[in-house]
Amino acid sequence: MTNSKYEFIQGNIACAKGAAYAGCNFFGGYPITPSTEIAEFMAEYLPQNGGKFIQMEDEIASIGSIIGASLTGAKAMTSTSGPGFSLMQELIGYACIAEVPVVIVNVMRGGPSTGLPTSPAQSDLLQAKWGTHGDHPTIALIPNSVEEMFTETVRAFNLAEYFRTPVIILGDEIIGHMRERIRIPEPGELEIINRTIPNNDGVCPLPYASDKHRAACLPNFGKSRFHVTGLNHDDSGFPTMDPETVANENERIISKVYKQRNLIDKFETVQCEDAKVLLLAVGSAARAAEEAVIALREKGVKAGLFRPVTLWPFPKEEFSKYALNADFIVVPEMNLGQLKNVAERFTKRTKIIPVNLVNGEPLGPESILSAISHLNI
Amino acid sequence: MFDYSKYLRNEKLPHIWCPGCGHGIVMKSLIRAIDKTGWNKDDIVVVSGIGCASRLPGYVDFNTLHTAHGRALAFATGIKLSKPNMHVIVVSGDGDGLAIGGNHFIHACRRNIDITLVLFNNGIYGMTGGQYSPTTAEGDKTATSPFGNIEPHFDVVDIATGAGATFVARGTSYHVPQLDTYIHKGLMHKGFSVIDVTEACFTTHGRKNKKKYGSNLDMLKYQKDNAITIEKAANMTEEELKGKIVTGIFCEKQKEEYTDRYQKIIDSFTGGAK
Repeated sequence: MTNSKYEFIQGNIACAKGAAYAGCNFFGGYPITPSTEIAEFMAEYLPQNGGKFIQMEDEIASIGSIIGASLTGAKAMTSTSGPGFSLMQELIGYACIAEVPVVIVNVMRGGPSTGLPTSPAQSDLLQAKWGTHGDHPTIALIPNSVEEMFTETVRAFNLAEYFRTPVIILGDEIIGHMRERIRIPEPGELEIINRTIPNNDGVCPLPYASDKHRAACLPNFGKSRFHVTGLNHDDSGFPTMDPETVANENERIISKVYKQRNLIDKFETVQCEDAKVLLLAVGSAARAAEEAVIALREKGVKAGLFRPVTLWPFPKEEFSKYALNADFIVVPEMNLGQLKNVAERFTKRTKIIPVNLVNGEPLGPESILSAISHLNI
Repeated sequence: MFDYSKYLRNEKLPHIWCPGCGHGIVMKSLIRAIDKTGWNKDDIVVVSGIGCASRLPGYVDFNTLHTAHGRALAFATGIKLSKPNMHVIVVSGDGDGLAIGGNHFIHACRRNIDITLVLFNNGIYGMTGGQYSPTTAEGDKTATSPFGNIEPHFDVVDIATGAGATFVARGTSYHVPQLDTYIHKGLMHKGFSVIDVTEACFTTHGRKNKKKYGSNLDMLKYQKDNAITIEKAANMTEEELKGKIVTGIFCEKQKEEYTDRYQKIIDSFTGGAK
């Protein structure tokens, strides 16, 4: 493409620029390493473009503010890291049940607790899925490059708006702070999806009425008068304890995501077709895994990499297909086996070899190669 | 006769509040105050947290948002900053607004964001069955202070004023015309307004302290007998003020409001309204 704009930028800045590209016009956040660059960029960018930035008093307030802003029609986002992500969990569930689109960036660091604030880890793969109480849908995207920090942030907004549910971006300290040269897409080049809103002004009697497996269609505050609550509610948005209505609601907010997986699934395969040694990895660990695949192929080992870009919902069918043909599944990750747990669920008899690192250092290809060097492959 | 029906979601009544509870009285006062502003219903957002008072938004015909426990002001801040032309009202109880939501409370005061907070202050967690709150009187027996409450209580007016709110008033659920005035002034005030409303909960609080408070009617009379104006209180000793409810407008000052300040930054780049 002519006149393409290339920039050499940090992953966190690419994320912020992706948000801007997607039309984000509200950001509420709280400083936390290693995500703060996103907030700093938005603090400068938003007011210059008519948007709003606010530094709230804590992470609970941050996500509360973006849910409130989103209800008025704003495309709203927050960014944080492990401890802040833990604090946000209750209101992530609120956004799920009240069907309010928001984007939450979690640039993962070591844990538990304060852990290793400036070191990389992949500590929140399962917190992203199960962190908030109650059954709920989860959409979580996990970029592995600066370019993907941009494009996946755009996709996160699209999915949040379409499904009316919180979408989580799982960065990590490496991807967030690493600098790479990326091409900034032209305006209009990437698809931008905005939420559907009803066009009737005045009282909105059934804002939560919806087809089965589909999102509700709420007006924005200020256009119609209606009620929003975190209690189980009926189509009118008002609390109910009617067993059938409650069951239908709880099932619909989940089925709207899982029955439309084709709109969410995204994964990358590297030489998976004939892979006997299948690596399953995400985020920065997947970069090491790709190096390991190249090294193994050079040695004549039929190795391949399966990399979910959408981590949740997990692309289980596609993974299972390659897992079935493999003799070994290797799961390198910067935690003590969170992704391995997932692999086990979707693998039948294939042996799984975990490669775990939780010392705050990046996981390199040599760790993966040495972990499987004893295998008869 | 004032017609409440145009502001109520009449089909949602009767409300959940108990006989002797002040919440219905305060809701009507809020409705009268809103009526007096002449605002369009579509431009009004009523936000609450969790608790008995926080059920109020369900009954009123505005944009209404029932959030999570303690978080009403956080959501309301996002709404107001995103759409500064909307009138944002927060209703909260003492547990919701001052304990779990205490951090958001002081920071909303500090920012001086144009939100009106009506604090339904009955000194108890009613919905969960009567546990002591940050405003329960010392010595009172509650479900979690069976031997008498040993924790000192917050003074909402002191905290709000100290933290930077620019309109702070206290009324009671007995002195209704006065309360109408305070809420209306709070709504019209540009900046963060706090109206602390002294109320009573007989069902979960009075019942356990009958010697002190008597019946549910007595609890309302207590407000009548013990409320004194800020002007009268000025000439009374600390000893004389014990057990009294000092009512009035404690703070009313003009100070640049948060969303106005933010808009100035936007305008400096976009050349908007001069």
